[in-house]
Amino acid sequence: MSSGLLDRHLGFVEALRGAGLSVSLAEDLDAVAALGTVGWGDRDQVRAVLAATMVKKQAQRTTFDTLFDVYYPAMVGEGVEGRSDEADEAPATSRDNAAALEAFRQQLTEALEAGDEQQLRRMAAEMVARFGAMPGRGPGMSSWSAYTALQRVAPQDLVDKVVSGLLAEGDLDAADVRRTVDRRVGAFTGMVENDARRRIAEEKGPDHVADVTVRPSIDRLAFMAARRSDLDEMRREIYPLARRLATRLTKEHHAKRRGPLDFRRTVRASVATGGVPLSTYHRPKRAHRSDLVVLCDVSGSVANFASFTLLFMFALREVFQSMRAFTFIDHVHEVTGHFRPGADPVDVLTDLAAATSHAALWGRTDYGRAFTKFEESFADALGPRTTLLILGDARSNYTDLSEDVLKRLAGSVRRSFWLNPEHERNWGTGDSAAPTYGQVVPMVECRNLTQLSDFVHDLAL
Amino acid sequence: MTWFESPADVATRLQAAGYLADAATATTAFLAGALEKPLLLEGPAGVGKTELAKAVSRATGADLVRLQCYEGLDEARALYEWNYKKQLLRIQATNADDLDWTRTHDEIFTEEFLLTRPLLTAIRRDEPTVLLIDEVDKTDVEVEGLLLEVLSDFQVTIPELGTVAAVRRPYVVLTSNASRELSEAVKRRCLYLHLDYPDAAREREILLSQVPDLDDRIAEQLVATVGRLRDLELKKAPSIAESVDWARTLLALEIRDLDEKAVADTLGVVLKHASDHERAVRELKLAKS
Repeated sequence: MSSGLLDRHLGFVEALRGAGLSVSLAEDLDAVAALGTVGWGDRDQVRAVLAATMVKKQAQRTTFDTLFDVYYPAMVGEGVEGRSDEADEAPATSRDNAAALEAFRQQLTEALEAGDEQQLRRMAAEMVARFGAMPGRGPGMSSWSAYTALQRVAPQDLVDKVVSGLLAEGDLDAADVRRTVDRRVGAFTGMVENDARRRIAEEKGPDHVADVTVRPSIDRLAFMAARRSDLDEMRREIYPLARRLATRLTKEHHAKRRGPLDFRRTVRASVATGGVPLSTYHRPKRAHRSDLVVLCDVSGSVANFASFTLLFMFALREVFQSMRAFTFIDHVHEVTGHFRPGADPVDVLTDLAAATSHAALWGRTDYGRAFTKFEESFADALGPRTTLLILGDARSNYTDLSEDVLKRLAGSVRRSFWLNPEHERNWGTGDSAAPTYGQVVPMVECRNLTQLSDFVHDLAL
Repeated sequence: MTWFESPADVATRLQAAGYLADAATATTAFLAGALEKPLLLEGPAGVGKTELAKAVSRATGADLVRLQCYEGLDEARALYEWNYKKQLLRIQATNADDLDWTRTHDEIFTEEFLLTRPLLTAIRRDEPTVLLIDEVDKTDVEVEGLLLEVLSDFQVTIPELGTVAAVRRPYVVLTSNASRELSEAVKRRCLYLHLDYPDAAREREILLSQVPDLDDRIAEQLVATVGRLRDLELKKAPSIAESVDWARTLLALEIRDLDEKAVADTLGVVLKHASDHERAVRELKLAKS
């Protein structure tokens, strides 16, 4: 007789594959064999075992954890522990009303002060059940919303209260306490979201949730779809990504460009083998490096994309001979000065945002005007060894496109590319001038960090 | 021989060997032994990847064979090499009269002229062995192909001698800083574990076990400060190794209280970038030193 465990496992593996993790059959077998040696007794252990055998990239770990919680939830329904005291005084998880909300917030404040994780987990479950329920008409129709629950209870607003409560207890550093409380509230919010996902999974089956709620990992997340917290995470990712790419590039340069024979080293090495030169050595060839000029649209919708790309390019400055950066909305402004060597990425982004005001006269994106201005003021930046890079969504508010100016600009440089953060299927819709500009300058889709680093890799090689 | 009895057994024995492993590390280390699969460790520099391999060898009484990877590492350095010099000498020493080619040929391709390198050494050993392949991401892609045969079948083919299979499978640990994505083929054959910075409580235990003379209170302050530094989005966040260095520094300087001045004076021990330094001074509101 089947216990359903195998089906659940297969469903889980299927969901992992669906979310972009390449789990091979061999790894699947490993996972089952591994579980055979440690057993199913401890949930955290099972998680560790499955992660060790099936997740081979740290970037995919978040996806894995989300799916694991959906397929192997920590508790079912209201949870076993949750029933003890609350259930007695308030059956049917007590209807939701203003007084109940107030009482719950009070309770939550105390729990946050104590920082008891077990208690907080229980409260997260209760919170979703009481304040996030969206009852449906029939079985399998009801749902839960973490968003509604969080809006109503608003744990973020409790931070001040908890901080002052903790400060009253003893002499502690206020900033330290605030950080701790912030972290606890953040963790609690995560618990609530997880719990809502778990409940929906119970109601509608895990496969449904796996399809709907799992977000792509950060390096595949589109720039234009990123939330605030995602942007922070992306910014943290840029420097390591650039460093990885730089290492890879140097390595490939070494492997590809074998220079003339290094006679001295070859002869010296041949001494060890009685004068027979068994292996030859070559001088490294000097890598060919080009000047880079980046011209980027920094209007609202694409500002993040532009600043990330700039930051990334400048983190890779050693790969290029020299680099100049210009930003525009309807007017061109040079921002090269903000990228000092070794500067702090957070500071640079702040400076860049502040400099945006110089790039706009009227504040409506106008590519045609920007190109004309660029040709008037900074034509000397372009030369026969230059690579010109234009960043933007090519949405020019139906203004004059001046593609002849762009043609002249592209004609005066060695190579030119246009990076567009929009999905290729949206090019040419609405006010997008992507097809027109795409005929002048080769246009490349660049929606996430992976595509960006791939592009830069090919550019620098 | 089984390497470990259970994940809990791993944790206790590693602790006895001076390595504090968390639950996930213990479980994965146990699996590597139980399934006889290589263990791939990834994570930032200085979180104890190499140390885990050393601790396993100490805890199990196995010998450690280490292969340090670098760019340009090749078969001759990783696997085996014929001792050309000795072979040449042998050929020259043979009396020219009874120079029989087949005999000479058979003679110079024998054990005597084989220089075994770490991978072959680890496979041929009879005693329990921990094979540490350090910084595997530094090698070229070709070396990965070489590793495949070793890691999946634990055997090495030498054309002149035939296939050498492992007498006893070594416990293999690969470490990587993820400066390059390893090929799917290698990853598929390994168990994967990402080591990250430990939480405050565990870091304090590590500090106290590594630097036993450290004051309990100062350890707490130090861990809190390092935790704040890691939150700061620095170019290089301080690692465990650096916290330990810091603790030793404070001990050597006889600093009894980690106040703002002490932090500002010794920040160079943990932060190695000028911009990180500036940022820390600003964010922690330290006086400029």
